[in-house]
Amino acid sequence: MLTRLARGSLTNRLFAVSLTIFTIAISIALLVLVEQMRNQVREGFQRSVSGVDLIVGAPTAPVQLLLYSVFGLGDATANVTWTTYEELSKARTVDWAVPISLGDSHQGYRVIGTTAEFFERYRFAGGQTLSFADGETWTDLFDVVIGAQVARQLDYELGDRLELAHGAGNVSLMTHAGQPFTVRGILAPTGTPIDQSLYVSLEAHHAIHIGWERGVPRPGSGLTPEEARAAEAELQPDAVTAIFLGLTTRAAVFGLQQRINDYPNEALLAVLPGIALQQLWRITGLAERILLVVAGLVVLAGLLGMLTALLTTLNERRREMAILRACGARPVQIAALLLLEAFLITLAGLVLGVLLAYGLQIAAAPWLLAQFGIAIGAAWPDATLLLVLAGIGVAGVLVALIPAALVYRRTLADGMQVRQ
Amino acid sequence: MTDAASVAPLLELADLHYTWPGASVPVFGGLDLRVDPGEAVFLAGASGSGKSTLLALIGGLIAPDAGRIDFAGTRLDALKRAQRDRFRAEHLGVIFQQFNLLPWLDPVANVLLGCRFSKRRGKRAGDREAEAARLLAAMGIDEAGFARRADQLSVGQQQRVAAARALIGRPDLVLADEPTSALDRDRRDDFLDLLFGEVRQAGSALLFVSHDRELVDRFDRVIELSDLKTGSAPC
Repeated sequence: MLTRLARGSLTNRLFAVSLTIFTIAISIALLVLVEQMRNQVREGFQRSVSGVDLIVGAPTAPVQLLLYSVFGLGDATANVTWTTYEELSKARTVDWAVPISLGDSHQGYRVIGTTAEFFERYRFAGGQTLSFADGETWTDLFDVVIGAQVARQLDYELGDRLELAHGAGNVSLMTHAGQPFTVRGILAPTGTPIDQSLYVSLEAHHAIHIGWERGVPRPGSGLTPEEARAAEAELQPDAVTAIFLGLTTRAAVFGLQQRINDYPNEALLAVLPGIALQQLWRITGLAERILLVVAGLVVLAGLLGMLTALLTTLNERRREMAILRACGARPVQIAALLLLEAFLITLAGLVLGVLLAYGLQIAAAPWLLAQFGIAIGAAWPDATLLLVLAGIGVAGVLVALIPAALVYRRTLADGMQVRQ
Repeated sequence: MTDAASVAPLLELADLHYTWPGASVPVFGGLDLRVDPGEAVFLAGASGSGKSTLLALIGGLIAPDAGRIDFAGTRLDALKRAQRDRFRAEHLGVIFQQFNLLPWLDPVANVLLGCRFSKRRGKRAGDREAEAARLLAAMGIDEAGFARRADQLSVGQQQRVAAARALIGRPDLVLADEPTSALDRDRRDDFLDLLFGEVRQAGSALLFVSHDRELVDRFDRVIELSDLKTGSAPC
């Protein structure tokens, strides 16, 4: 019965109430977005690095090594020698070692030189292997395997020919013209940076860089594709950018990490991807907390907006209260009516806010995927978030205790009469 | 009323004292008043003579400082506040001077408010929706008026809806606080005809507060508030 009255009263003030609900909805949406994105982005990063026990590169910050080797963010400052790669791959506890060489790009997408073993060894999303949506791994020296997103965005099919550019980024001044690659395989989507990458063999990567020792091509020094193919057996790089290691037993990981970090022949850094990610989260954690606090304050502002809206209506509603009193309503019932209205407003704000957040999330997903190779989905809010949302619902009612108490006192004083 | 002693009074106020909180002068310093069942009483008094206070006391919205309020055998003055609210919901119908209705409800929903806060009164009304419609029709609200929001009705129509609300569930007593003062003469007479007809049919008593003495002929009895034993300086 009270519900019907509350609903009627709210509908009567539809415009003002809608604004209040919308204010709350926006604040809720912000909170949900901050929290959801945080979890989703973390999950997105997490799913990109499963299966790799150690990442080895030149000494730098662990987070930086992780970011450039796995996520294509930032650049390597130095390389690891081929000798070191060979030694590491023969180490007792090492099951497999996959080197990668960075430095080229194609239309803004990263080109990675690696071995065919990469496609077998790499794992994502907790153990899934890479698979080819179309085609296969390289057969010719100048073959390229492309990620799902690259194929989709640039509309490439098997057999298409493309040229690589020297250097990363969207604008490349130098191209490896004259050494075109043929699309030989297209990987199935993974929701990881793999989708945004092109893969060539280490030999090809080396071949196109012969004569580029100083960063620019020495005139007349480059190999033609035919020369390169003829010399394929000798195309061995001197250095790689980083090495992904898989161990025979995970228990060996800390021992090996220690040994690599103390490597006598070359300064090296080995990181555990999970731990490097944790460091990354520690860096971003402060910003996240600030965002959460801001979002929390915005929610508070939303609720205070509702309080203001409720308080300003009290005077014009005194007549309403007097009528209800005359019909036998108790002051408690009239106060409850107000609490109920506040609850309905908060509830509507919560529902609308969550929907808004999901809408934005779905809208932002393609951008995040394109920008960072992170696949986010509109996941069901986790328990913590649900608890927070429920808490906001309660807070809405608590805030309304103020006008409810005022109404209670006022209806007692007014009786059936509106005494100004 | 010569045979007053033979009928048990519906409402009896005896030696009632009331002073508004914070005020130094009492509104009532020993008021006596009696209304019999089914009786229509005209309570005359200038504005500010304590009429509203009297209605609030009878309605149980405020409790007297001293004295007795007997309503159909219940000592209203001895009840707790929540009990008085329940009592009002069950036994009283109230019509104000104006602005009687929740503007965003239609007439039927407004009438139903009259029996929303008491189960017994709701039961007495029977099929509540039908009874509300019947009362509205009896008060001259046509079908077209049913569909409108209350604030789209004319003032005269609003007062009739208010009367229907006061009457639903056949209360023992209808308190009317200058219900015709916002109406012109023709509408006033129409309204009173309809009101009296339905009050009689419901068997309710009517305590009608007004300063419009042209109306007194319709009533069983006229009481001058100033003749009652009120305080020395009414406010």
